[in-house]
Amino acid sequence: MPDYSLSYFYVFTFFGAGAIFVTALLTLSNLVQPKRSTPEKLTTYESGEEPVGQAWGRYPSHFYVFALLFVVFDVEVIFLFPWAVLFRQLGWYGLVEMGIFILILVAGLFYAWRKDALTWY
Amino acid sequence: MVPGPFGIDPAIWAVLRLVIALGLAIGLIMNGALLLIYLERKIQAVMQDRIGPYHVGPFGLLQTFADALKLIAKEDVLSGQTDRAFFLAAPVLVFTPMLASFVVVPFAPGVVGADLNIGLLYLTTLGSMGVLGIVMAGWASNNKYALMGGLRSAGQLISYEVPQILSLVTAVLVLGTLSLVKITELQPGPITNIFVIPLAFVTYFIAALAETNRTPFDLPEAESELVAGYLTEYSGMRWGTMLALTEYGNVTVVCGIMTAVWFGGWNGPGVEAFAPLGVVWFTLKTYAFILAFMWIRATLPRMRIDQLMSFCWKVLIPVTLLNLGVTATLLVAFGGDLRPVAFANWVLLALFLLGIPALQQRRLRSVRARLRSRTARATGVAV
Repeated sequence: MPDYSLSYFYVFTFFGAGAIFVTALLTLSNLVQPKRSTPEKLTTYESGEEPVGQAWGRYPSHFYVFALLFVVFDVEVIFLFPWAVLFRQLGWYGLVEMGIFILILVAGLFYAWRKDALTWY
Repeated sequence: MVPGPFGIDPAIWAVLRLVIALGLAIGLIMNGALLLIYLERKIQAVMQDRIGPYHVGPFGLLQTFADALKLIAKEDVLSGQTDRAFFLAAPVLVFTPMLASFVVVPFAPGVVGADLNIGLLYLTTLGSMGVLGIVMAGWASNNKYALMGGLRSAGQLISYEVPQILSLVTAVLVLGTLSLVKITELQPGPITNIFVIPLAFVTYFIAALAETNRTPFDLPEAESELVAGYLTEYSGMRWGTMLALTEYGNVTVVCGIMTAVWFGGWNGPGVEAFAPLGVVWFTLKTYAFILAFMWIRATLPRMRIDQLMSFCWKVLIPVTLLNLGVTATLLVAFGGDLRPVAFANWVLLALFLLGIPALQQRRLRSVRARLRSRTARATGVAV
C-alpha cells in the first residue's frame, strides 16, 4: 500500500477503535450493573420538582445569529488554510487578494456589531 | 513505505506503528481519566488549603481507580422522556473524534499514527465534531438544564473555534506547512515558535480553554446554575465516557497541539541520540500545559454568558484577525525574515495584555458614573 492510503487507513482504524472502545466499555458496564428501575427514577430531573412540560420547545433566537456568523467565518478559514501554506510563493499578490477577502468579512463583522447582533441579552 | 527503526521490516513496522500510536493514545486518555483527575483534585486541594482525597490507597492515589470501578458497576438510568437513540449515540459521538485526533499527534521521531499533510486542518475538523455529540446529548435528554447546557455549549464552542483556528493559521503562515511532524522538525533549537508568535499562542490558549469547557469558560456545565448542563441526565459509565474520558482527552489533544506548534514538540536534549526519548519530552511539555489549565481552574471564577460571547467576538476575533494581517504583511515585506514578525508580535502581545484591563477599567468607570448620576437624580443629592 502506498504511504498516502496507509495514512488514511490508520485514520479510519482510529475512528473504528474509538467506537469499539466506548461500546465495549458501556457493554461491560451494562453486564455488571444492577437494573432496578422505579417510576420515580425514570422521571426527568428537575431539581426534585415534578417536571413541567417538555424541554423540547422554543429557545432564544440569538443562538441562530451566532451560528450564522460562525458559518461565515468557518468558511473563510477553509480558504485561509491553503493560502497560509502557499503564502511564501504567492507573495504580494496573495496578500492583497486575501486582504480584500478578509476585509469584506471584517466589514460584515462590524456591521453585525453596529446592529447589536453581538450583544447577548 | 517508511523504513522502520532498528532495522525492522517496513511491513511489520507499518502494523507496529499503528499499535504503538493507538496504545499511546488510549494510554494517554486512560491516564487523563485516572491520574489527571487525581492530580486535579489534589492540586486544587493544595491551592484551596484543603487535604483532598487521602482515604483510598497511599495519599489517596487509588481514589480515581475506585471511582472508575464504581462508575462501571453503577446503574445507567435512562429516563422515560429521553430520545433513546440519540441519547445512547452521544457518548460514542463525543469520544470517537477525540480518539481520532490522536492519530496525527507526533509523539517522537517516527512515532506518529499518520503524518497527514493536512494535520492541523484535520485536528480543527475533529474539534468541531465534538460539538455535535454535545448538542445531541443536550437535546436528547429532554431536560431543561441539559438543553440549556447543550445550546450554550454549541454557542460557546463554535464561537471560540474561530479565534482558535485563526491563531493556528497565523502559525501556519510562519511555518508554511500543516503537517505536525514537519512543524516539529522545523523547531529543533531552543528558539521555538513561541518566541516568534507569542500572541497567537496566548489567543490559542484562551480559545482552547473555552473549547475544552474549562474554567473560566465552563458555562455548559456550570454546576451552580445548570446542575451539570448537558450531562445532567447521564449517569454511570455513560457519564464517565462523556466527562472523565472525553474532557480530559480533549484537554490532552489541545495541549499536545500547543506543544507541537509552539514549543517544538518532541525536541529536547538527547532525542537525536535516542528517538523514543521524544515521547517523554512531548508528554512532559503537554502535561505542563495541563497543569497550567488546573492552576487556572483554581484561580479564576466563571464568566457570565454575555461576557463570554462578547469577549470572543469583540476582543479575541478582532485581535487574532489583526495579528494575522500584521504577520502576513511583515512576512511579505521583509521577504520571510522572522525578526520583524517576532518584534511586532511581542509588541502586540504587550498591548493586548495591558489594553484589556485598561478597557475594562474605562467601562467600569463609565458604569459607575452612570449609576452615580442616576442616584443623584433620584435623591436630589450629588453622591
